[in-house]
Amino acid sequence: MKRGVLLTLAVALAAAAPPPPGALVCSGCHAATADPGFPPIAGRAAAELEAELLAYRAGTRPATVMDRLTRGFSPGELTSIAAYWAAQK
Amino acid sequence: MTFGRRTLIAATLGAPFVAQAQPKARVIVVGGGFGGATAARTLKRVAPDIDVVLIEPNPVFTACPASNAVIAGLRDHETLRFTYKTLEAEGIRLIHQRVIAIDAAHSSLTLADNTRLDFTRAILAPGIAIRWNALPGYTEAAAAVMPHAWRGGAQIMLLRERLAAVPDGGLVVISVPATPYRCPSAPYERASLVAHHLKLRKPRAKLIVLDSNDSFSMQRLFLAAWKSLYPNLEHLALSASGKVTEVNAGTGEIRTDFETYTPDLANIIPPQRAADIAVQSGVADRTGWCPITPVTFESLLCPGIHVIGDATLLGAMPKSAFAAAAQAKACAHAVALILNGQTPEPPHLLNTCYALIAPHLAISSAGVYRHHGTILVDTEGAGGNSALDAPRSTREAEARHAEAWFHAVTTEAFG
Ligand SMILES: Cc1cc2nc3c(=O)[nH]c(=O)nc-3n(C[C@H](O)[C@H](O)[C@H](O)COP(=O)(O)OP(=O)(O)OC[C@H]3O[C@@H](n4cnc5c(N)ncnc54)[C@H](O)[C@@H]3O)c2cc1C
Ligand code: HEC
Repeated sequence: MKRGVLLTLAVALAAAAPPPPGALVCSGCHAATADPGFPPIAGRAAAELEAELLAYRAGTRPATVMDRLTRGFSPGELTSIAAYWAAQK
Repeated sequence: MTFGRRTLIAATLGAPFVAQAQPKARVIVVGGGFGGATAARTLKRVAPDIDVVLIEPNPVFTACPASNAVIAGLRDHETLRFTYKTLEAEGIRLIHQRVIAIDAAHSSLTLADNTRLDFTRAILAPGIAIRWNALPGYTEAAAAVMPHAWRGGAQIMLLRERLAAVPDGGLVVISVPATPYRCPSAPYERASLVAHHLKLRKPRAKLIVLDSNDSFSMQRLFLAAWKSLYPNLEHLALSASGKVTEVNAGTGEIRTDFETYTPDLANIIPPQRAADIAVQSGVADRTGWCPITPVTFESLLCPGIHVIGDATLLGAMPKSAFAAAAQAKACAHAVALILNGQTPEPPHLLNTCYALIAPHLAISSAGVYRHHGTILVDTEGAGGNSALDAPRSTREAEARHAEAWFHAVTTEAFG
């Protein structure tokens, strides 16, 4: 009963839309740190990010790990993820 | 009644009690490791209104990733230690106590000093417990003599000191339990770095890895590395009688079905299960791990309680810090959406584990997972290991990435 009451609490969210599936994991490596050991991706042009991700997926861009990861996504999912990271600071 | 309880809670937490027309939603995160710390920070960022409370007994967290390098004398122990100062500055309320009971039916939990706290939802990230005596003879007392160094803390330095004291010509044994256990590649990374240490400092000493499995993470890569780098390392798989059946801390003996070893140093990686609190509160099932729905990470046994990290029963996704952090971010977003009255979409999860085969050479294993009912399954065609025939420059690049990943994951969790 108590949970029923508490569940109706309105919680405001900082962002309007939730991130597309998969987009949250990228910061596990591409962190916004002062000394980036991985190339920065936040705030870059969406079209560029998308082209790079699709090239990794196709195996036409040299990679140690991005080829293995991007093959788990459809091109459409990668487009959404590129748009999400382009919009991050 | 609810009002009275809230007053009590506010007083216990040391926060001024302000009468509110609308009570705040409170999410309590249990455990401030990779899963818990990342979940608490993500939730506070996504939904700043939520009262986020993180309960963790230790004021300083000791990370397990990179601890193998510390054990082998290649890295400073201080680099593994993290505090919760950034989290507190971000408005997360830290309580340095142990949770001793969770009452899911009444959405409340009890701390070691008997304080009761209510929650709207709880996120459990308590990690693993060791199943003492599941390997006959391996008790808490035995761990002081035959260290495991599998849960951070003082065991890491104990194993480092014991390794440094192994004489030239001595024998080291590492025992690996049957899967599932925390971090499937870590025993083999440890074996590599221990063999490296012995080769350099005690050229006549030997390492035997006694394995309760026949196949293991990045097997071909590790076996190839050992063959070329470590003639002092012998690996005995399950089918080669590698399974340890009993240990005796008094005599220092380690038994398999065919052999008794009396090494100078035994590192026993013991059988594991979800942490005690998960078992005691009924969130874990008979496997010893916590079944959840991999969309919101909500417990299948205790609604309102979400579980992430090593404590979960998740199918293909390994128990790693990378995985715990990935689940934490997805779970925090899902909890915020649920409290906002929305239905979360299934997440899409990745894992990558880097493992050093020598100080500046690393390999990696990656996976991409989608949910299939109550478990996560591998996405076909994706993930996999570093190439077996990759040039040395790739191994060197991956060693730099291993270090960069450790920096990224600890920064995301602890600031
Ligand atoms: C040698 C070794 C090497 C590893 N290397 C890697 C690696 O390279 N990459 C990788 O991704 N992973 C690695 N791992 C795995 C990684 O350490 C774990 O997967 C990760 O710590 C899991 O995170 P977690 O949040 O589930 O648990 P933990 O990080 O263990 O955190 C659990 C926390 O919960 C707290 N807690 C427990 N019970 C209670 C309670 N009742 N009340 C309050 N708090 C409680 C504990 O004090 C602890 O701080 C390695 C592990 C080992 C042992
Ligand atoms: C395990 C660590 C890791 C994860 C997780 C990861 N990346 Fe990467 N990323 C790398 C590495 C390493 C490179 C350099 C190429 C290589 O070696 O594979 C890279 C390169 C890139 C590049 C090219 C940048 C440039 O300037 O050349 C983009 C874009 C990128 N990643 C996007 C992503 C996105 C989006 C995600 C999440 C879906 C992601 N990455 C997840 C490690 C990671």
